[in-house]
Amino acid sequence: MIEVKNIHKTFGENNVLRGISAEFKEGMCNLIIGGSGSGKTTLLKCMVGLHEPNEGSVIYDGRDFTRMNFETRIEIRTEIGMLFQGSALFDSMTVEENIMFPLNMFTEQHRKEKLDRVNFCLARVNLEDKNDLYPAELSGGMKKRVGIARAIAMNPKYLFVDEPNSGLDPKTSIVIDDLIMELTEEYKTTTIIVTHDMNSVMGIGENIIFLHEGQKWWEGSNKEIGETDNQELNDFVFASKFMRALQKKK
Amino acid sequence: MVFHPLGKYILLLKAVFRRPEKWNIYRREIFHEMNAIGVGSLGIIAIISVFLGAVTTVQTAFQLVSDLIPKSVIGGIVRDSSILELSPTISAIVLAGKVGSSIASQIGTMRVTEQIDALEIMGINSPGYLILPKIIASVVTIPMLVIISIGLSIFGGYLAGTASGAVTAQDFIIGITTDFNPFTFTVSMVKAVIFAFIITSVSAYQGFYTNGGALEVGQSSTKAVVISCIAILFSDYVIAQLLL
Repeated sequence: MIEVKNIHKTFGENNVLRGISAEFKEGMCNLIIGGSGSGKTTLLKCMVGLHEPNEGSVIYDGRDFTRMNFETRIEIRTEIGMLFQGSALFDSMTVEENIMFPLNMFTEQHRKEKLDRVNFCLARVNLEDKNDLYPAELSGGMKKRVGIARAIAMNPKYLFVDEPNSGLDPKTSIVIDDLIMELTEEYKTTTIIVTHDMNSVMGIGENIIFLHEGQKWWEGSNKEIGETDNQELNDFVFASKFMRALQKKK
Repeated sequence: MVFHPLGKYILLLKAVFRRPEKWNIYRREIFHEMNAIGVGSLGIIAIISVFLGAVTTVQTAFQLVSDLIPKSVIGGIVRDSSILELSPTISAIVLAGKVGSSIASQIGTMRVTEQIDALEIMGINSPGYLILPKIIASVVTIPMLVIISIGLSIFGGYLAGTASGAVTAQDFIIGITTDFNPFTFTVSMVKAVIFAFIITSVSAYQGFYTNGGALEVGQSSTKAVVISCIAILFSDYVIAQLLL
């Protein structure tokens, strides 16, 4: 479980996060949703240490990440897997080298063991025999899947996913969502997904946190989201004509 | 205004020299960078060096109009100019353009495409992994390039001198073998090492703190070259003042 307590983050005069507290449960897809500029990605980056919060703490299973220095953070960071919005695959490495990279850095396994793990991860994301391709030779959906394979290579306890569906067609988006859901259930990871894709929200949102103007505005599940009377959340969820029509039908 | 980037630069260098996670991975990267920086720059360094020596010979011969000065002096001037100034400094300026811009754009692109964030998330010291192999590789290979440049510059001078008739082959060889002061070579190597450090660290700094997208990567690359060139010329003066 990951807890964030009273997180504040400012960039110059801009207060991006204003005292956010939340719990992200183990073995569950925890979604952070909100409009553009609401602070979703900033919260995610504060949680993984890419931004330092001005105030507040991030606690990984009782370990206060925000009070740790670079060396002690490594222990938690090796338990983290992250899928970035643009996949962030290393351009100069093949698919195989990308997935093997954390294994090379942090394990003493023989090459054969590492290769077996790479092939297992690739099979898990349905990308067998793509070992020798470079990121430039992959489609957007394939890049995301390689990103997931790299994120799970070290058997992470915590999986962070930033906008998994951006730039993908609806069908591929569902494949990626389902894959994240399966992996979360299989490995009992604490999965945190930042998204504003309503298909993801309705499909895999077991625990949802809605951010508005840097504050936690609502919390609940995908079953509860359609029945709330929170005005800002309704404006966000039912922004499209299709969703409004669906709401009227109900 | 100057102190903030200077402080950031020093803090980045502190992170660069943190203990590596795994030396064998860094070693592989160092060899890769040595190939890219050293072998990859051999062609351009060879071409400019030959022409530097040739031009120095022709221009020195043009200025030596007195019959009282022996022609062999031309060889000596070409040798000392090449060793002390032309080969280390001009090579460094050219390498700032070629290697420096490449380092800044490579690291800058990694920054804007979140590849550096990916390294950080994995628990890897990204400044160390990305910059340290480049610094070590350049500090080793650039002095070697300067040595090659010195040789080719003198050879270029010999070719131009004999081809144009400005100096005979015998006079030129007498010139380059007379009154050689080995300390000039030491100064040249000190310059080469310092310039190599400047090129890689300044360019890596510019790339590492790139913010934005493709436009900013280009701007970082340009700034890397400009700042490296100024820093090279400034340190060239300081080294000359201190050592000579």
